[in-house]
Amino acid sequence: MSLDLLELSKTFPGKEPVESVHVLENIHHRIENGQFISIIGPSGCGKTTLLRIIAGLEKASAGKVLLDGKELVQGSEDVGMVFQEYALFPWRTTLGNIEMGLEIKGVDREKRRSTVMEYIRTFDLSGFENHFPRELSGGMKQRVAIARTLIMNPRVVLMDEPFGSLDSQTRNAMQEFLLRIWQKRADTIIFVTHNVDEAVFLSDEIVVFSKRPARIIKILKIEYPRPRDRTSEECNQIRRDVLKVLSKES
Amino acid sequence: MKKERFLIPLLLILIWQGLSFLQVIPSYKLPSPIEIILGFKDLLMIGVPPGHLLHHHVLYSLYRVALGYAIAALLAIPLGLLMGWSSKFLRMVRPLFELIRPIPPLAWIPIAILWFGIGIKSAAFIIFLGAFFPILLNTISGVLSIHPILIEAARTLHASERDIFLKVLFPGAIPSIFVGMRIGIGIGWMTLVAAEFTGVKEGFGLGYMIMTARDIQRPDEILAGMLVIGVMGLLIDIGLRAIESKTIKWQ
Repeated sequence: MSLDLLELSKTFPGKEPVESVHVLENIHHRIENGQFISIIGPSGCGKTTLLRIIAGLEKASAGKVLLDGKELVQGSEDVGMVFQEYALFPWRTTLGNIEMGLEIKGVDREKRRSTVMEYIRTFDLSGFENHFPRELSGGMKQRVAIARTLIMNPRVVLMDEPFGSLDSQTRNAMQEFLLRIWQKRADTIIFVTHNVDEAVFLSDEIVVFSKRPARIIKILKIEYPRPRDRTSEECNQIRRDVLKVLSKES
Repeated sequence: MKKERFLIPLLLILIWQGLSFLQVIPSYKLPSPIEIILGFKDLLMIGVPPGHLLHHHVLYSLYRVALGYAIAALLAIPLGLLMGWSSKFLRMVRPLFELIRPIPPLAWIPIAILWFGIGIKSAAFIIFLGAFFPILLNTISGVLSIHPILIEAARTLHASERDIFLKVLFPGAIPSIFVGMRIGIGIGWMTLVAAEFTGVKEGFGLGYMIMTARDIQRPDEILAGMLVIGVMGLLIDIGLRAIESKTIKWQ
């Protein structure tokens, strides 16, 4: 069982043909279910566009996305997305944000609340149920955003540089937290980052994109078992490999 | 700190009273502060015209404003949400609104009287016109100011168009809607008084009251009435602000 990206290409049309922007070039890759994949590449290369296509927020110019052999329809319940900069609803509390998806789904209030409270405990947000996003720290906001997505039990979780705006200590803590959560679940995670250390620490596989139009230029499998030591020789070796590929691209 | 705020107004009133006492300012043009207070007492106890007491005028004016304002808000908010949401709809109706908006509400008085006769309906219509556009325009800009990523986040949570309208656009636009409602009530209150200069059948209303005071040569009552109008406007704004800060705890 797998998520298959089949020859995906994307061009944003401009007013004139010369103004159109070619973003993705023939992205073809199979991601086995339950894998943690990182996509890394030069900034502005089209990583986010790929996530948006998988999430159904954008249409591919060519190619398709299959989940277990079936084409993903727009707004599929199988896919969830965590955005860069949290994208929390500022008028909703922690509880209200996490609850949003279940509310849309029409789950009744009692059941909704008990599920949400469970997530609030797991995500270490107890005591902040009724706080608004502006009253939360960056790390907390990101936990709310992840909980809001995971509570819908998507089979594929897309994460667009979710820890990009956190300070490095919070970032490390969030990476460990994310791994703990993911290891209890069977989700596939596609994690976009431009931080090599992060990708090495988290992933089963690192996919390296070229600069625009993005092509897959390297796929690195990481067999090194978790929990990983960030400073170990193994991690350093993978880091060197990724950096070598990336340096040719900048 | 608190005392400083009253220092300059108090000083001015004292000078004013002194100049009136020395008859530098003629009382038939500008009555002294004490005369205005006495005029206020007359408005309360005797009434202008006699028997038409101040609180009746206040209630009638409030009633007219409430009616026109409520209709304006009930129409402008949903319409503004729709116009902010659908750029196509916005393009379709904007020319019409751009044409009507620059017409001052008071310029509508003659046609309003022709349509609705003299009375509450035409007064409410004028207030409606004054309040409608600020609420509409602020609602539209409120929707447009919502970050598109929030709409996308809702979509990835499988929101329907209706969910997006009710759970993203409306709550997201509320701060801006309140701005519009406060500007709208301000303009509505101003147009009310002018509308009452011309079109009052019942013999009540603050605008009607100060015009009647002019007819009977009572500048003290005119000025006391103006102060009441000002204070009422201030109180309405304070009330709306209180509702606003209770509603929008998240900002």
